[in-house]
Amino acid sequence: MRPIIHIENVGKRYQLASERVAYATLRESLVGSFRKSVNRLRRRAETAADRAFWALRGINLDIVPGERLGIVGVNGAGKSTLLKILSRITEPTEGRARLYGRVGSLLEVGTGFHGELTGRENIYLNGAILGMKHAEIARNFDEIVAFAELGRFLNMPVKRFSSGMYMRLAFAVAAHLQPEILIVDEVLAVGDAAFQKKCLGKMSEVSQNGRTIIFVSHNMAAVQNLCSRVLWLAGGHVVEDGEPTRVIANYLKTTLTTMSQQTWPDPNAAPGNDRVRLRRAAIVPAAAEFEDHFTVRTPLRVEFEYWNLVDGTALDLAVVIRTEEGYPIFSAVSGRDPRWAGQRFPAGLYRSSFEIPGNLLNDGVHRVDVNFRRNERQLVYRLDDVIVFDVTDTAEDRVGSFGKLVGAVRPPLTWTTTLIEEQLEADTPPQVVESAR
Amino acid sequence: MTLMPEESVRGLPPTVDVLPAPPDAALPDEPLVVIEQRDAWLSIELAELWRNRELLYFLTWRDIKVRYKQTVLGAAWALLQPAFMMLIFTLVFGRLTGAVEHVPYPLFAMAGLVPWTFFANAVSNSGNSLVNNVQLVTKVYFPRLLMPAASVLAGLVDLGFAALLLGAMMLYYGIHLTPQIFMLPVLFALITFCALSTGMWMSALNVKYRDVRFALPFVVQLWLFASSVVVPSTVVPERLRWLLHLNPMSAFIEGCRAALFSTPFHWQALGIATALTMAGFAVAAHFFKQTERSFADFI
Repeated sequence: MRPIIHIENVGKRYQLASERVAYATLRESLVGSFRKSVNRLRRRAETAADRAFWALRGINLDIVPGERLGIVGVNGAGKSTLLKILSRITEPTEGRARLYGRVGSLLEVGTGFHGELTGRENIYLNGAILGMKHAEIARNFDEIVAFAELGRFLNMPVKRFSSGMYMRLAFAVAAHLQPEILIVDEVLAVGDAAFQKKCLGKMSEVSQNGRTIIFVSHNMAAVQNLCSRVLWLAGGHVVEDGEPTRVIANYLKTTLTTMSQQTWPDPNAAPGNDRVRLRRAAIVPAAAEFEDHFTVRTPLRVEFEYWNLVDGTALDLAVVIRTEEGYPIFSAVSGRDPRWAGQRFPAGLYRSSFEIPGNLLNDGVHRVDVNFRRNERQLVYRLDDVIVFDVTDTAEDRVGSFGKLVGAVRPPLTWTTTLIEEQLEADTPPQVVESAR
Repeated sequence: MTLMPEESVRGLPPTVDVLPAPPDAALPDEPLVVIEQRDAWLSIELAELWRNRELLYFLTWRDIKVRYKQTVLGAAWALLQPAFMMLIFTLVFGRLTGAVEHVPYPLFAMAGLVPWTFFANAVSNSGNSLVNNVQLVTKVYFPRLLMPAASVLAGLVDLGFAALLLGAMMLYYGIHLTPQIFMLPVLFALITFCALSTGMWMSALNVKYRDVRFALPFVVQLWLFASSVVVPSTVVPERLRWLLHLNPMSAFIEGCRAALFSTPFHWQALGIATALTMAGFAVAAHFFKQTERSFADFI
């Protein structure tokens, strides 16, 4: 079958330093735009050679109509870059992609929503931004309103919407986009479980009509359910491409061992935004005497190094430790550090860490999310699964059983058992054994 | 089915969903879109802009709708801005100049301020349009030119309101119109073009250098005093007047007065200004196009 998307040797290079240089030397650049000064040229050459970075390279891919391609990979693997190229938001540095159908891309829920406009107005605006014709929107209008469950709020400015309503409306518009190729990036990371389910349902319905879908997500269950083919990216290259179950299994196997430490040396390429950028996220044994793999007894230290780019922000980190299935075990907030609580952070590079005592976590895979916040409540930046680590069992602690103990944590609780009364005669009540912590 | 070379072959050939795929014939022979590093020297793709005319309409409509939200006076600001400026200028310069070109000074000032206010707002709004819509630029594709264009077009509504005020003043002062008034739409179109060129430059520069955001208000302020809004160009000494010709806005604003007050047009100045505007537009469009492809990477 002929492909609907034909990607040929696509690569994207980012000039890491160019932004900095540009900001630093506006005067030079102004002069340079009239007369290329030698100085500036020399500087350009240096930076281009030293600080170039390929976010994506040598991607070859054919996608046939009706295929539902899932793209998986850790943060920084090039997933979003690929989607941005296919959505024509950014141009590839080399190679080309041929698209034989209309593309609708949904890289964010509610792109272009304006808080001052009503729900009705935003449906039209957002639809136009996503590439729908006015007639198309009008035709689907009632269906969109029904899907979003807006009801009487239709004529209210969306800034007064609850976040759930906002999200539902945004997805409703996007779901009625009817291009041949639909590109979706992690939109399901937001919203509650019911909403996610609804969105997934809508997406598989869309794919039943022979539409081609490209879907990026960290939610493996969603990828597994929805996709007919999975592409695994790492470091800007394709690692594996094929049958979903197998690729996902291989991906999880590899990532779980390699994600206990991540470092992004360059502030321009690091995950984050114009307020904060992450330099390093790691989980390490809290003391040197422990080995490099973690047992349930190992005290662990979770470390984050990050740049605060906005001088004077009252910044804090809220870290959530989850089980492999994503169930939250506990959270830790950096604002608890009395030296920094409520303080304004000068711009700069910071390290924040906390320790997880040994003998707390159960064995198994754990996932760590980090939320950067300011003024203790506004979310500045969020990164899920920034660390994924495995805790192994130790044989010594086991008393008899060999399966995993049930529960999110496995603290070594001290049991006390006391014999209250010895059974003397056969007709007294059965023994009572008191147990306490 | 084409197999993928190199690293992707490590996986199996892609599984093809046999379920509901449209037949081959449904696909066009030529790709609808080829994504690659484009030649920067392409001129503006008019067809692409035409295809997106509805989006231009919606973006303009949004700017208009949102502009005076949560203000008490609302669209009255479109009248108050030039009206206050006129009062100030009349107080400061009115006594010095008296009647200018046989027109009372307040009317003289207003005739310059109405097009000027449109121009100034259009330039500053479109200059900031890309930066103020970061989430659009980084999350969705559309011809970026629509952004500054919508900001300029949205200003036309304000211009319409302000023109009504000007019309009322003309009636009050008993100025009669002659067929020269038909030049007015032409001049407004030229001013719109001039604003769009400037807006394109500024918005594209703004993506990389946020200095523009701070410099722009000063530039617009200074430009005001070089545009014959406050005093007529005849005040400028003859040997320096060629400098004014380098500023198209000066000729256009004097042109607006000529159309309104039926004084003779300065055709030479208008010709130079039109040529400069068109050349400026071509250069600005090229510059915009050249930088457009990296907007999402820099913004």
